[in-house]
Amino acid sequence: MTSNSNVSNMRRLVEQLKLEASVERIKVSQAAAELQQFCLQNAAKDALLVGVPTGSNPFREPRSCAVV
Amino acid sequence: MGEMEELRKEMENLKDQITAARKTFQDSTLQEAAAGVTVVGRVQLKTRKTLRGHLAKIYAMHWGTDSTLCVSASQDGKLIVWDTITTNKVNAIPLKSSWVMTCAYAPSGNLVACGGLDNMCSIYNLKGKDGNVKVMRELAAHTGYLSCCRFLSDTEIITSSGDCTCVLWDIETGTQKTVFAGHQGDAMSLGVSPDFKFFISGACDFTAKLWDIREAECRQTFGGHESDINAIGFFPNGNAVITGSDDATCKLYDLRADQELLTYQDSSIMCGVTSLAPSKSGRLLLAGHDDFNVNIWDMLKAERVGVLAGHDNRVSCIGVSTDGMACCTGSWDSFLKIWN
Repeated sequence: MTSNSNVSNMRRLVEQLKLEASVERIKVSQAAAELQQFCLQNAAKDALLVGVPTGSNPFREPRSCAVV
Repeated sequence: MGEMEELRKEMENLKDQITAARKTFQDSTLQEAAAGVTVVGRVQLKTRKTLRGHLAKIYAMHWGTDSTLCVSASQDGKLIVWDTITTNKVNAIPLKSSWVMTCAYAPSGNLVACGGLDNMCSIYNLKGKDGNVKVMRELAAHTGYLSCCRFLSDTEIITSSGDCTCVLWDIETGTQKTVFAGHQGDAMSLGVSPDFKFFISGACDFTAKLWDIREAECRQTFGGHESDINAIGFFPNGNAVITGSDDATCKLYDLRADQELLTYQDSSIMCGVTSLAPSKSGRLLLAGHDDFNVNIWDMLKAERVGVLAGHDNRVSCIGVSTDGMACCTGSWDSFLKIWN
């Protein structure tokens, strides 16, 4: 029984590898260019990258107190 | 036994085929492509809030989609939902099993989930009629610890386990819809794609796998790490995957080029990566390590541009809020910190 399950396991691994070998690929140059473009296009919206002005930082206490 | 030999040969041939195919598409490197880009200036984030309340090591945290609430899990046996702006505890949920290793917030904000050495994923309804938070479902079938869980919706959740599998569950019926088998070691972490069609898993077999949720199959496998992958996440546009490993490095793999683009490493960093999160634009990679620090990398240039030092013990979890405004770190020192 063990040898049968080993063979069926191997068959499954081979089928899986066939699937992974058949994936459609694009050139690294294109992939890299698009990743870079995404980073640069969204940079302005990235608070951790560009910083947050104190006034509009929800996690920072405002300096002045308002008397309501 | 003749068939085994043939199958083994076929396996080796296919592996060589994949390596060769990847090489033919390697017409450049990310380094070359980003040569004209200037390195990001030094990133200095400050602790804006410290969330105090857990009484033991924090193992996991996850932001809610509103970028204000987050949930954390500690081995003090509690799940706490925090308002990160006021630092108030919105819910403090006592757990049946204190050996929790992961937690997740549903995109709707209605549910949270957790699990660990109990091998189960417990779902809690935060919006029950009488205001009490109760266990809604206990998803049991894994034969190993629950390492990670992520909601697709209020009715489906994906889990990864020490039993080497990942599972898609139907929360309403409490049953397994799909078992994703293939990893040869404990599945340690998972991430869902922005379009919810795929998920990625990192495991102790040193590989990361991309899974098609509806077709129920593994599409791609990425190797290269020299030790267990503890953390994994999607690059914000869903086209690349970032992994963090016990080998002290992080790697960036592009899904469409089907190969590794970059490794983030430094000879001074010798501690394993426990957790990671990209910033909203994907330009920064924040990685938590065993040495109590979080390293901040310029993802395009593979240069370290900052460090978050503030915890007195291992950083076990990290997350960037949905709107990108802040990053939250959780530590074995029992505190969570909000940085920006």
